[in-house]
Amino acid sequence: MATATYTGTEKPNYLNWKTSVASWLLTYDHKRIAILYLVSISVFFLLGGLAAALIRMELATPQGDLLTSDVYNKMFTTHGVIMIFLFLIPSIPAVFGNFLLPLMIGARDVAFPRLNLLSWYFFMAGAACVLIALFRGGIDTGWTFYTPYSSSFAKGEVSLAIVGIFLAGFASIFTGINFLVTIHKMRAPGMTWFRLPLFVWAMYATSLIQVLGTPVVAITLLLVAVERTFRIGIFDPNLGGDPILYQHLFWFYSHPAVYIMILPAMGVISEVISAFSKRRVFGYHFVAFSSLAIAIIGFLVWGHHMFSTGQSMYAGIVFSFLTWIVAIPSAIKTFNWMATIWKGRVHWDTPMLYALGFMGLFVIGGLTGLHLAAMATNVHLTDTYFIVAHFHYVMVGGAIMGYLAALHFWWPKMTGRMYPEGWGKLAAMLVFVGFNLTFFPQFILGYMGMPRRYHSYPEEWAVLNVLSTAGSSVLGLGYLLPVIYLTWSLKYGKVVTERNPWGARGLEWELVDPVPDPHNFERTPIVTRPAYDYNHPEEPTAFIPKPRPVVVGGKDG
Amino acid sequence: MWNFPLVPPTASKEGADISLLYWTITLLAVVFGSIVLFGVIYLAVRYRADNNAVDRSNATDSDLRVELAWTLIPLALALIMFGWATKLYADIYAPREGYYEVFVIGKQWMWHCQHPNGARENNVLTLPAGRLVKVSLISQDVIHAFSIPAFRIKRDAVPGRYNAMYFTPTKPGEYHLFCTEYCGTKHSEMIGKVVVLPEEEFQKWLDQNAPGATAAATPTTAGAAGARLTLAQQGEQVFKALGCNACHLNPNSAVKVPDLTKTWGSEIPLEGGGTVKGDEAYIRESILNPGAKIHAGYQNLMPPYQGQVSEEQLVQLIAYIKSLAGAGNGGS
Repeated sequence: MATATYTGTEKPNYLNWKTSVASWLLTYDHKRIAILYLVSISVFFLLGGLAAALIRMELATPQGDLLTSDVYNKMFTTHGVIMIFLFLIPSIPAVFGNFLLPLMIGARDVAFPRLNLLSWYFFMAGAACVLIALFRGGIDTGWTFYTPYSSSFAKGEVSLAIVGIFLAGFASIFTGINFLVTIHKMRAPGMTWFRLPLFVWAMYATSLIQVLGTPVVAITLLLVAVERTFRIGIFDPNLGGDPILYQHLFWFYSHPAVYIMILPAMGVISEVISAFSKRRVFGYHFVAFSSLAIAIIGFLVWGHHMFSTGQSMYAGIVFSFLTWIVAIPSAIKTFNWMATIWKGRVHWDTPMLYALGFMGLFVIGGLTGLHLAAMATNVHLTDTYFIVAHFHYVMVGGAIMGYLAALHFWWPKMTGRMYPEGWGKLAAMLVFVGFNLTFFPQFILGYMGMPRRYHSYPEEWAVLNVLSTAGSSVLGLGYLLPVIYLTWSLKYGKVVTERNPWGARGLEWELVDPVPDPHNFERTPIVTRPAYDYNHPEEPTAFIPKPRPVVVGGKDG
Repeated sequence: MWNFPLVPPTASKEGADISLLYWTITLLAVVFGSIVLFGVIYLAVRYRADNNAVDRSNATDSDLRVELAWTLIPLALALIMFGWATKLYADIYAPREGYYEVFVIGKQWMWHCQHPNGARENNVLTLPAGRLVKVSLISQDVIHAFSIPAFRIKRDAVPGRYNAMYFTPTKPGEYHLFCTEYCGTKHSEMIGKVVVLPEEEFQKWLDQNAPGATAAATPTTAGAAGARLTLAQQGEQVFKALGCNACHLNPNSAVKVPDLTKTWGSEIPLEGGGTVKGDEAYIRESILNPGAKIHAGYQNLMPPYQGQVSEEQLVQLIAYIKSLAGAGNGGS
C-alpha cells in the first residue's frame, strides 16, 4: 500500500510483511481488519451519498419532476439504510476502534481476533443482501421500516434487506463484545482505567450499546420479515398485532444507535483537541463518565420518538424528562473541550479544523434536540424537516466530522504517508460551509411544517430548498476532495519517517513504528504516566521493558 | 410574487402557546450555542501555538467548582423548560370537554372527514373559529399522521385505534394539512387544507353540506339519500342494515344482551373481573371482536364483524351509540 513490498532487509510493517490477497482476506490482524472495513464503508458512503444527491436534486423544484414518487421513496430509503447500517454504525468503531484500541492500551491484538475477522464477513454478507435488495428493484419503507406498511403493504425485497441488516447487526455485536473484553482483560501493566485515553472510554460505552441494543433491533426486524412472509400477526392490527409495539422495539435500539454513532466521534474529538492544543483533556473523569452516562440514559429515552402516536401521557412525561437529562453529559463534554483549548498551544492543522467544526455543528445539533425533548414543541416538529436537520447536524455534522478528524489524524499512522495539508484544510472548510448551507435552511422549513419524505412541496418553500440543494453540492465537493487526495497520498504523499509527526501523547504515537509492526509492540509495554501528559514532555507515557538476559546453564546473576 | 415566508402562520390558541415555548427554547439555544461557537473560536485564536504573548501560567486541567457550575446551571434550566413544556402538552393533549367533534379517517392516500351533522369532506376540513375542536383519528390501512402546522399540532392516525387531538382555531383562513407519517407511494400527495370560517359562516356551511344537500351517502344508507341525516342517524341506519337490532335495543329479543343505552361513558364490569370505560375504542373492539372484552353477566353470542364494517360505518355506529346515552354528538 504505502511502503514498498517487504524485501527482507528493512523492518517489516503490518502493510508489507505479507501482500497476497489471501493475507488480507484471512488476516486476524486488527489493523488489517480496520483497513478492510475502511475500504468497504468508503464505497457504501459514496453509494449513500449518490442517493442523497438525487434526493436534493429532486427537491430543487417544488414539483415532483426529476424522479417518480416511487423512485424518490426508494432513494431516501436507500440513503437511510446505507448511511445508517452500512456506514455510520461501523464507521469509527470498526475502523478506528479496531485499528487503535489495541495500540492505545498496549495490546498485541483484540481479545478475539478470529471473531473480529468473522465480524467483517458478517458485515459484508449483510451489505451484499442489502445491496441485492436495492438493485433488484429497491425498497420504499424508509430506513425505519414502520409497520404495518413494511410488513403488510410495501412491495419489493423488504425481507432480504432485513436479513442484511440482521447480519450487519451481528457484525456490530461481535465488534462490541471484542472491545469490551479487550478493554477489560488486555490493558498493558500500568494502564489503569483512569489512564485510558478517552477514545477508549468512548469505545467502551459504545460497545455496551452495541451488545445490549443491537440484538433487540435484529430480532424486531426479523419479526417484520416473519409477519411479511408467514402472515403471523405481530405488528399488523388486521392480523391481531400492534403497530406501536414495533416502534417501541425499533427505537429501543435505534435511539441508542444514535449514540453508537456520536460517542466514538466524541472520543476522537477528545484525542484531537488534546493533541492539537498540547494540553491534557480538562476534567478527564467528567468526560469519561459522561460517556457512560450517555450510554446508560440513552437507553431510556426511546419513547420521545413516539409522542404523537398516542402513547400514554405519563410514559411520555418520563421519556421527555430523561431526554432533557441526557443533554447534560453532552454539555459537560463540550465545556470541558473548551477548557482544554484554554491556555493551550493550538495548532490549526486539518484534524483540529474538523474537531472545531465538530464542536460547532454538534452544539447546534444538540441544542435543537431541546426543541424535541419538549413534548409540546416536539409534536409540532416531529416528522418535519426540523428533525431531518437536527439528526443530520448530530450524525453528519457530529459523527462524520469526527470520522474525518480521525481519518486525517491517524492517516500517517495507518498508511505511513502524510495527506496534503492545504487540500485537507480546504476540504474541511468546504464541508463546514456546505453542511450549514444544506441543513440550516431545513430547520426553518421544518418549523414551517414541511414534512420529511415528501417528493413535492408547496411553492412558498422553494427558495429555502434551492439554498439547501446548492449547499449540498458544496458539501458533496467537500466529501469528494478527501477521497481523491487521500487516495493520491497513498502513492505520492510525503513518507512519514518519525513515529510521532504530531508530537501527540499516547502509546500509538510514542511506542509504535511509523507504520505499525504486524505485532504492534516488540514486548508488552509498561505504562507509567497518565494519558495526555503534555505537561511533562520529557517523561514517556510508557516504555518497552528490555528483555532479561537469558543465561543458560550457570546461576542467574 | 416573491412568496418567501420564514415562519408559519399561527392560527390557533394552542399554536400561540407552543410558538412562545419554541422561541424561548430557541433563545436558550442561541445563547448557549453562541457561548460555545464564539468561545471556541476566541480560545483557538487567542491560544494559537505561535502566540507567545498570552499568559499560559496556572493552566489547571481539573476544577470541581467549574465542573459543577456547567453541570448544574444547564440542569436547572433543563428542568424548568421540561416543566413548562410538559404542562403545556398536558393542557393541550389531555382529554378536554365542550368540543366540536370531527372524525377523520386516513387511508392511502386521502383524508376523509365526517362532521356530527353528517357532512363529509375529503382532503378538506372545515372548522369554526373560536370553538374547541376535537379530531378523532383512525386509519384504515397504514399509519398516517394528521398535521396542521398553522395550529402547531399533530397526531398519528393509527390503524385499529382512535387517537384524539384538541385545538381551538382562532383565525379564519385556509391552512396546509399534511400527512407527516410516511405511508407509501403517494405520501406527499396526501395533503389538503383546513378551512377556518367565522361561526355564522360555518353554520351556513354545515347546513349547505348536510347529507341531504349533497346526497352523499354510503352504500348502506343509499336508500336514505335526500333525507337529512346526522352522523348518529346514519349510524342508526347502519345498525339496522347490519341487523344489529335483531338482538340489541329489541325488547322482543330472545337473547340477553347488554343495554346499549347505558354503554357510552359508563364503567362496564367485565367477565373475569375489572372494568372498562365505554368509549370509542371499547365500542369499536366490541363490534369487530365481541369476545375480546365480555360484559359481566352476559354470554358472548355475537358474531365478530371484523372485515364487514368499514371505518366510516364504525364511526357512524359509535356516534349512534353515543347518542343513545343522550351525550349528543360532541359539544355542538
